[in-house]
Amino acid sequence: MIKLSHIKKVYDTPAGPLPALKDVSLTIADGEIYGIIGLSGAGKSTLVRCINMLERPTAGTVEIDGQDLTKLDDSQLRKVRKNIGMIFQQFNLLSSATVYDNVAFPLKLAGIDKKTISQKVEPLLEMVGLENKAGQYPSQLSGGQKQRVGIARALASDPKILLCDEATSALDPQTTQSILKLIKDINKKLNITVVIITHEMQVIKDICDKVAVIDHGIIAEKGTVIKVFTEPQQEITHDFISVLLSDELPSAFRNQPVSAVPIEDGHLLMRLTFIGESADEPVIMRLIKKYDDIDVSILFGDLDQIQMVPYGRMIIGITGDTDKVKMAEEWLKEQDLKVEVIGYVKRHDIAAR
Amino acid sequence: MSNDMILLLGKSLWQTVYMVCVSMAIASVIGIPLGILLVTTAKEQILECQVLNRIIATIVNAVRSVPFIILMVAIIPLTRMLVGTSIGTTAAMVPLTLSAIPFIGRQVENSIREVPYGLVEAALSLGATPFQIIRHVLLPEALSSIVAQLTTVIIALIGASAMAGTIGGGGIGDLAIRYGYQRFRPDIMLITVIILIVLVQIVQFAGNYTAKKLNKK
Repeated sequence: MIKLSHIKKVYDTPAGPLPALKDVSLTIADGEIYGIIGLSGAGKSTLVRCINMLERPTAGTVEIDGQDLTKLDDSQLRKVRKNIGMIFQQFNLLSSATVYDNVAFPLKLAGIDKKTISQKVEPLLEMVGLENKAGQYPSQLSGGQKQRVGIARALASDPKILLCDEATSALDPQTTQSILKLIKDINKKLNITVVIITHEMQVIKDICDKVAVIDHGIIAEKGTVIKVFTEPQQEITHDFISVLLSDELPSAFRNQPVSAVPIEDGHLLMRLTFIGESADEPVIMRLIKKYDDIDVSILFGDLDQIQMVPYGRMIIGITGDTDKVKMAEEWLKEQDLKVEVIGYVKRHDIAAR
Repeated sequence: MSNDMILLLGKSLWQTVYMVCVSMAIASVIGIPLGILLVTTAKEQILECQVLNRIIATIVNAVRSVPFIILMVAIIPLTRMLVGTSIGTTAAMVPLTLSAIPFIGRQVENSIREVPYGLVEAALSLGATPFQIIRHVLLPEALSSIVAQLTTVIIALIGASAMAGTIGGGGIGDLAIRYGYQRFRPDIMLITVIILIVLVQIVQFAGNYTAKKLNKK
C-alpha cells in the first residue's frame, strides 16, 4: 500500500518559493491501477516523483507498506527504489546500449551475474514482445517499442509498484492502446500496483480503477473512475471529461436561448445518463408507451464502458402538452438513471419563422 | 635533401608525437574526472556540492586564461621541481599537460552535459549509486562526444607543442623555426608545414571515425 500524507513540495526559484504541491494525501491499495490526472504544471509529475523520492517532499510522509521513505538515507532509499519501477514519457533508455543491455541494466547495477541476468531478461523481452530486437539499439526502434523496453527494464528487478510518468503521451493513439493493454496485463499477471500520471482522460478511462484529479498542487477530486466520470464535482474534472464525451446539442438547438419554464413550441431538453444495468433498460420505450401523446426525439446517444460497467448517455427532447411534458419529466426522474434538465429550447427553424 | 635532414625531420616528428601523446594521456587522467565533477557537483546533480564546483570552475578558468607561451615561462620553477630541468622535450610536457587539463575538463563537461537528465533520473529510479551513474550512464552516453572533443584538444596540443621549441623542447615546430626561419631554408619550412597539416588531418580523421563508430543515436 502506498500512503501519501499531507505532502508539500516547495521549489526555491530566483523569483521566490514556488509551491508545486500544497497538501496532498492519497492512499493507493495493492494491485490497484491508480490514475492521477492534471494539466501541465498541476504538480502531477512532482507527485509521482515523491513516491520514489526522486523528489524529496518539503513536508509530509510517503509510506510504502508502512515504511516511511522520507526518513531513509540515500543508501536505504536505493534499496527501496528497486521495488519501485518507473517508466517515462521520453523513455530514457541508454542510447549506447542494446535493447538487451537496457533491460539488463538494473540487474547489472545490482551486481547479478551474467547467466542469471540472461535468465531474467529473456522472458521479460518475450513478455513485452521484443524477443527478436534484443541486439538492436534504441534508435532503431519505434516509440512504442522503446516504451516496451522501458517497461521491461522497470520490471527487471521484480518491483511491487510501477510508476508511469506520462508514459503514453509521446505515442500515437494506436500505440497508446497497445502500451496501456500491456500495462493492464502486467498489473493482472504480476499483481503490481500501477500509478499512472497523465493529462489524457482517455488513459484514465481505459485502464484505471481509481483516479485523482490534481489542480494547482491540490487534489481537486478523487474516487473510482466510474464515480468521477458520471458525477464529476469540480469544474476541472468536467473539463477533462468533456474532451472525451462530446455531448453538444444538435445544431438545430445550439445557441438558442434556454428557458427554465415552458415556452411555445419549446422542446424540453434533458440529458440522461444510464449506469450499469439501467443501461439495458428500455426506459425511452416505456416513456413513450406511458405518455403516448408526447413526442420524444433522441438528439444524441452514446454507449460506452468504463471499468466493464456499461455507461450510456443520451440527450432527448420532449414536446407536447405542457402538463404532459412535465409529468414525463417527473416520471423519468423516478427511474434508475441520472436526469439533468437542460431547459425548454426552440428549434432554430421554428425560432426563425 | 640530405639524409641528415630526413633524420632530423623524423626525430622532430617523433618528439612532437611523444610530447603530445604523453601530455594528452596525463592530462586526460586528470581532466576527464575534472569534467565529470564540473557537471555532477553542480546544483541539483548527483554529487551536488556547489562549493567544490565553484572552486574547480575558478581554477579551470584561471589556467585557461593564461596564454600558453606565458604559462610555459611562468611555471618554470614547477617544471624544475617535477622533472628536474626546465629545458628539453620532457620539460615541455609539463606546461603542455597543465594547459590541456582545464581544456579537457571543459570539453568533457560540455559532452556530459548533453546527456539528458532523464537518463540519470531513470538510473536513480533503478537504485543506481552516483558512481554507477557516472560509470554506466554518463560516460558511455557521452563517449562519442568526448572522443570528438578530445580530438580538438589533441590538435590544439600539436599547435602548442610548436611553441615548446622556445624552451628547447624540440619537435616539428621547433625545427621550422630553427631551420626554416632562422637559417633561411624555405624547403624545410614547407616540409614542416606539410607534415603538420598531414598530422592534423590524420588526427581529425581518426577522431571523427571513432566518434561516429561509437555514436548509436
